[in-house]
Amino acid sequence: MAGVSVGAQMRAVIRRDLRVALRQRSDLLNPVLFLLVVITLFPLGVGPGPEILSRIAPGVIWVSALLSALLGLERLFRDDFRDGTLEQMLLMPMAVEWAVLAKMAVHWLVTALPLLILAPFLALLLNLPFEAWATLWLTLLLGTPVLSSVGAIGVALTVSLNKGGALLSLLLLPLLIPLLIFATAAIEAAATGLSPVAPLAFMAAILVMTVALSPFAVHAALRVSVN
Amino acid sequence: MSLLLEAKGVVSVRGERTLFSDLALTLNAGELWQIQGPNGAGKSSFLRILAGLLPAESGTVCFQGERIEDCREAFHQDLLFIGHKAAVKPELTAIENLEYYAAVQGQPLTAPPYELLEKVGLVGLEDIPAQRLSAGQQRRIALARLWLTNATIWILDEPFTSLDVDGIALLHQRIGEHLASQGAVILTSHQPLNDQPVQVHSLMLRYQH
Amino acid sequence: MWRWLHPYAKPEATYQLNQRILPWLAVPGLILLVIGAVWGLAFAPPDYQQFDSYRIIFVHVPSALWSMGFYMGMAIAGLIVLVWQIRTAEWALLAIAPVGAVLTFISLFTGAVWGQPMWGTWWIWDARLTAQLILLFLYLGVLALYAAFEDERAGAKAASVLALIGVVNIPIIHFSVYWWNTLHQQSTITRAVTRLEKPSIAPEMAWPLYISLLAFLLVSSALVVMRLNNEILKREVRRPWAQALLLKNSSKT
Repeated sequence: MAGVSVGAQMRAVIRRDLRVALRQRSDLLNPVLFLLVVITLFPLGVGPGPEILSRIAPGVIWVSALLSALLGLERLFRDDFRDGTLEQMLLMPMAVEWAVLAKMAVHWLVTALPLLILAPFLALLLNLPFEAWATLWLTLLLGTPVLSSVGAIGVALTVSLNKGGALLSLLLLPLLIPLLIFATAAIEAAATGLSPVAPLAFMAAILVMTVALSPFAVHAALRVSVN
Repeated sequence: MSLLLEAKGVVSVRGERTLFSDLALTLNAGELWQIQGPNGAGKSSFLRILAGLLPAESGTVCFQGERIEDCREAFHQDLLFIGHKAAVKPELTAIENLEYYAAVQGQPLTAPPYELLEKVGLVGLEDIPAQRLSAGQQRRIALARLWLTNATIWILDEPFTSLDVDGIALLHQRIGEHLASQGAVILTSHQPLNDQPVQVHSLMLRYQH
Repeated sequence: MWRWLHPYAKPEATYQLNQRILPWLAVPGLILLVIGAVWGLAFAPPDYQQFDSYRIIFVHVPSALWSMGFYMGMAIAGLIVLVWQIRTAEWALLAIAPVGAVLTFISLFTGAVWGQPMWGTWWIWDARLTAQLILLFLYLGVLALYAAFEDERAGAKAASVLALIGVVNIPIIHFSVYWWNTLHQQSTITRAVTRLEKPSIAPEMAWPLYISLLAFLLVSSALVVMRLNNEILKREVRRPWAQALLLKNSSKT
């Protein structure tokens, strides 16, 4: 019997996951709404002064993005675990890492794309200097795949637990600190007229490393979790 | 008769309790094995060990003479495992679920599988998300995979659960066809498998304290 | 190559080995701890700028150093769990984690206590303090993940995966935190303090520090060994060798 090509199996996973995601519109929308609400709370909390807002904008946008990512992260494997498709995924006749990569790609598409579209609007709300808009967008472009792939490890570790939610943030936030640091540094540099290339390069390095390595960690974690 | 799957000295421990020790099973082409035993005796665990989902505490499982850890992809190419959970996506329709499983096997459906749906009694329900179907109907979607697959080894955990009389007869018929074409089936079930033309091999697990 | 290690995969062999090395860790450890403390706190000369308050380094530096050392140890145990599936390594992971977490906490606490007279504040977002705080979170994550699983073995494996990921991340976290700290303008106090710590340490201060470093390693290792033996006995209590041991010990008393 001829083996099935990896590409065909990955395409099948992507197609199915996209279909499922598009049928759960509220799940898609909730993290975005959460992000908007948090961003709205900040001016109300620290005062509407444009200088203060543009000063804290990079940090606020990124911290809110991290928190809203955590909110929707569980969808990556939780439903699959409940209905049994997760164990079927571990029985696919290819390296499971490819299936994991496909699932992370879908997760990125449905969670990060809205964020990337929304980013200029968030920058506007928080009075981020116009020079930094492109950098903000780039940090989100480079950083959100890291959120999806590092997040996948955390979800894979906690998916079989009933009370995984709070634990997930304890596991993930320390690991995501470098991302937050480099992202805000890049935006701040751009906002003050400096070159954001160095932190962006670090983010790119982190991106390559996590996307390349995390599927292996996710696979190991899923093997523990399905039992 | 060709040897498909061989388990030797399999031990399973859950928590601090030893479920079973030194289990052995030899599965040849054309054979039907029924794993029996009371609740909690470890039937599902044994099936999961055979499928390579759960690592055994000790002992080996070999597929065509090679340890399944060493030939995982070839083994899973030739294995169909249907567990307790139906592995049917509740948001998707029956057709979409089957489309996925067909595509993953490298035989994408070119047309909606109406014939198959008719066979498993899901005609007229093909456009409804699986979450709005009954448990038995969802189970039928999962079992429809038995007609799509070309795997030789089937491992079925309680396949008769929530099926009606017709469904059970249909499943028996499909298992019979599979055995006749040199397939092999391992299943757990609390009912006797009298309808099968072949001899049913049986493995009894006892509850150990 | 690993054959000589293999007998210690058996809990009984590990237990016996631990019992034998425990006094060699605990006794010199406690003696050195007393020597280091007395020498460092009473006899070492006061610092020319920080006077007596610098003396907390005899606790602060060893705990900070070994908090990272024990994290590495925990991750190595995790690697053994995942690759060789040895149960003793699972218990070793569980034995090391709280000791490491406490060391991390001690270093943070003493850092804060030291910061109060030196910097005029309990907490500053100094790179070292921040990195250490994140290390504490990593330890707590490993412990919490282990505790969250009902099945102990699954919990140990999950915690092992997390510990290993943490090892990959620790250098990145450290680097990024230092980078972040130099990037942002520091308060003048911090800068003054960082300059203070630059001069190399005088030998009469260094010796008690080295002794304290060794003492902390020995005492913490002794704690780990004791915890590991407790874990082994707890799990193996129904095995014949543990029963025999218990009978022997109870007949002695």
